[in-house]
Amino acid sequence: MAGDIEAHPGLPTPTPLSDYDRTGDVARSRHFGDLLFQSLTSLGAVILVAVVASILALLIWKSLPAMQRFGVGFIASSDWDPLHDRYGAWPSIYGTLVTTAIAMSVAVPLALVTALFLVDLSPPWLSRIVGTGLELLAAVPSIIYGMWGMTVFASFMQRWVEPALANTLGFLPLFQGSFNGMGMLTAGLILALMVLPYICAVSRDVFRMTPGVLKESAYGMGATTWEVTRDVTIPYGMRGILGAVFLGLARAIGETMAVTFVIGDNRNVATSLFASGNTISSTLANQFNEAAGLKYSVLVELGLVLFMITVAFEIAAHLWLRRLRNAGGR
Amino acid sequence: MKPIFVSAAVALCAVAGCSGSDSTTIHGAGASFPYPIYSKWAYTFEQLDGARINYQSIGSSAGINQVKDRTVNFGASDAPLDKKELDAAGLVQFPLVIGGIVPVVHLSGVKAGELKLSPEVLANIFLGEITKWNDSAIVALNPDGKLPDVAITPVRRSDGSGTTWIYTNYLSAVSSPWKERIGAGKEVSWPAASVGGKGNEGVAANVTQIDGSIGYVEYAYAVQNKMTHVQLQNKAGKFVEPSLEAFSAAAKNADWAGTPGFAVALIDQPGDDTWPIVGASFILLHNDQPDRAVAAKMLKFFDWCFKHGGDAAKNLHFVPIPADVYTLVEADWDKQIQSGGKPIER
Amino acid sequence: MMAVGSPVSQAIASGSASDMAPRSIAWRRSIDWAVRVFATLSACIGLVALTWILMTVCLRGGQALSWRFVTQLPTPPGVPGGGVSNAIVGTCLMTALAALVGVPLGLLAGVYLAEYGKNSPAAVAVRFAANILMGTPSILIGVFVNVLLVSPPLGLGHYSGYAGAAALAIIVLPVVARTSEDMLRLVPDTLRESALALGCPRWRMTLDIIFRAARGGLLTGVILAIARVSGETAPLLFTALNSEYSVRSLNEQTANLTVFIANKGQSPYVDWQQMAWGAALLITLGVLSLILFARFILRERKS
Repeated sequence: MAGDIEAHPGLPTPTPLSDYDRTGDVARSRHFGDLLFQSLTSLGAVILVAVVASILALLIWKSLPAMQRFGVGFIASSDWDPLHDRYGAWPSIYGTLVTTAIAMSVAVPLALVTALFLVDLSPPWLSRIVGTGLELLAAVPSIIYGMWGMTVFASFMQRWVEPALANTLGFLPLFQGSFNGMGMLTAGLILALMVLPYICAVSRDVFRMTPGVLKESAYGMGATTWEVTRDVTIPYGMRGILGAVFLGLARAIGETMAVTFVIGDNRNVATSLFASGNTISSTLANQFNEAAGLKYSVLVELGLVLFMITVAFEIAAHLWLRRLRNAGGR
Repeated sequence: MKPIFVSAAVALCAVAGCSGSDSTTIHGAGASFPYPIYSKWAYTFEQLDGARINYQSIGSSAGINQVKDRTVNFGASDAPLDKKELDAAGLVQFPLVIGGIVPVVHLSGVKAGELKLSPEVLANIFLGEITKWNDSAIVALNPDGKLPDVAITPVRRSDGSGTTWIYTNYLSAVSSPWKERIGAGKEVSWPAASVGGKGNEGVAANVTQIDGSIGYVEYAYAVQNKMTHVQLQNKAGKFVEPSLEAFSAAAKNADWAGTPGFAVALIDQPGDDTWPIVGASFILLHNDQPDRAVAAKMLKFFDWCFKHGGDAAKNLHFVPIPADVYTLVEADWDKQIQSGGKPIER
Repeated sequence: MMAVGSPVSQAIASGSASDMAPRSIAWRRSIDWAVRVFATLSACIGLVALTWILMTVCLRGGQALSWRFVTQLPTPPGVPGGGVSNAIVGTCLMTALAALVGVPLGLLAGVYLAEYGKNSPAAVAVRFAANILMGTPSILIGVFVNVLLVSPPLGLGHYSGYAGAAALAIIVLPVVARTSEDMLRLVPDTLRESALALGCPRWRMTLDIIFRAARGGLLTGVILAIARVSGETAPLLFTALNSEYSVRSLNEQTANLTVFIANKGQSPYVDWQQMAWGAALLITLGVLSLILFARFILRERKS
């Protein structure tokens, strides 16, 4: 090895430098540790994909009878006559989209601004209490949301909110027609209440993780709290915020029990938000226990349609994120 | 920190592990209609005998599927299977309890048992043909009732259910327009103007909330929630109020012996005091039982329910199976149920 | 990292302090004030809704809470003294098992996405899969596990608590994976670079340093996932179902609080309905203690 100490006659044999050089050993053990760790993480990822793929495979397999029977027209059809084996997915798809839209348009701004409040505006003790309270909201069983919605919230909507909306915004087709406290608006608002904790709790942590040095340098230049949030915190955590929003969206789309209790179940596609309707998940919750044969297959196919809707949202979010990334140069 | 978790987990398992006797648990699942009375019977039976009978309500169709798959020991269904299906699946079927379904209304000024309805009017209301409470057809039946000029909101089930099956079978039996346009089943294509509620509880909540509404619920819900039930005209032309006696009257006249699998419809039965919307809830089990001890215990439980469960049933607003009927049922057991080729001793 | 074109950066770019005239400052301050008010109001709305539901649960459930409620088995309607002891045990066991399986797997997947995969096509696929799994209705996950673990021919031939735990684990997995990925990504790369420069092996850096930096957020993800599954009914209906008796083994139908609530809450009997609200209160209290315990453990480690 280069740099070896030369042997001198009369002196004890020097230990070759290579014996002192431990880099090889450390590199080998580090390499092994890293390899093991990386394999484990890849294993986690692979299991995740395997589970999703298996679920997808099962959905396709069990919905084949319905797919063969109804074809693509299933998606646009509004039929639903179990006794004569006529089924269509459109009212459920419509209801899913409408209730999710209501839920997200109410929950996202509310959640982000509340997260801002928790991180920047409120005293720490209040922030901890409210934060814990929000996480508790996520623990309330969805069936309780349903029961609470059916008894307490629906009467509240019927007595106060829906008449007020009908009086002020009644010129819009969205708020016309009769109302009884149950329907898509009520379902959408309960969904908003259910996803609010998720979006808020995650956004709060995202905001908290903005490096202090970035915010401080902005404050140092005289920016106000809002400006720091708008120009520093949000862009830095945009990916995390989008993740939080998607967490809430996924919850809203897939929520079974709570919506079922208050949406009233109707197969008509009405423009008014006061009207009853149904979502894919509520149809599943209502009908799965008593379904057999073709109806079972139809329900599984509805689940598959929901899968596809989630895929569509996911693609849209992915494209938007990529556009942001390219524009921001991060 | 880790030792805390390990010891907590061990403690939890220990707690979970060291309870209960060594008896096996017998599992049943199916209709939600009889869930309260089955759980009451199972509870009392466990105290007398020690056997754990665990009944869960998952719906009639699911119960049928589970017993066919043998994931549970017995299934329960509000809609009976016909002979063909029973033979194909190797199942024995018998009724275990009887209950009634009651139309309930929410109309200011109308008290429980005051409003009189005929079968045709009831069907037309749910068809959407009669839309207001002061319609001439309703007024004709209630000449001195003060019926307001309020729109009728029919409330029905949003989920598939045995209750709907019984109710729509009744409407199909008494109204040919209903039978042609809608039909009978666990879930039907209801006319657009109706509101759907999830479960009996959902229908009850909707009716309580919507003025001018009319729905149908199991008798227990009408009683417990103190709802406004109606008088219904039965086959004999008399107006009757729902009561346990009125439900028993329906069971008295049915042809149990002549119907395979006891699949009798207690709809619109004759008799002056008969309530017209009554249904039995059925138990399904395999005629070939793999475990002799389990089979013997199950039959002992059902026998006990027949002979000693009557009072508990009445307290919970159900009607027990009459003695002559369960004698036939038990004779059928002896004939059909076997384990390993030999009949079961009870 | 400031957005291009923001007033602050424009002011810097234009280079003159005199451009920040007093009127402009007042305008920016009033916007700031307006946002603060709006934020506080929104937080209040959130608080009102939160309190409303929790109050309902506490008031209705509080009536049912007693020592007997927690230690006795359920009773039929009309028989007083019933409780949910078996359901408490069942829910705890199944949730714990689901967390034991789902949380580590989710963390591993999250680390993969944040540290190793990043934007590679494989990682995109994994992220995709996680998002889709998150959006799947829990009832379908129950059906899936039912086909795999309960119903013949593939399954054991009977309901089981293990199947219930499996269904819950599947729900936990993507939530933990995605939130941990997002949190880990927020840790600045400078931290990673300095750790690696000091000779720290990759796995050590991730576990000791990055995890610690993202600790709060990671814990939130885990808490949200566990809170969610402790309130899920539909998947358990197809896997563990329920039991009226004590939990002797997870290899049979297992009692749990959520199906209990579904059964009793929708019955016509007042005592049963009260027990259902009591069970809901128990779930909320259980998750609350979990949150407090977890956050306490975390705080302790800071020193």
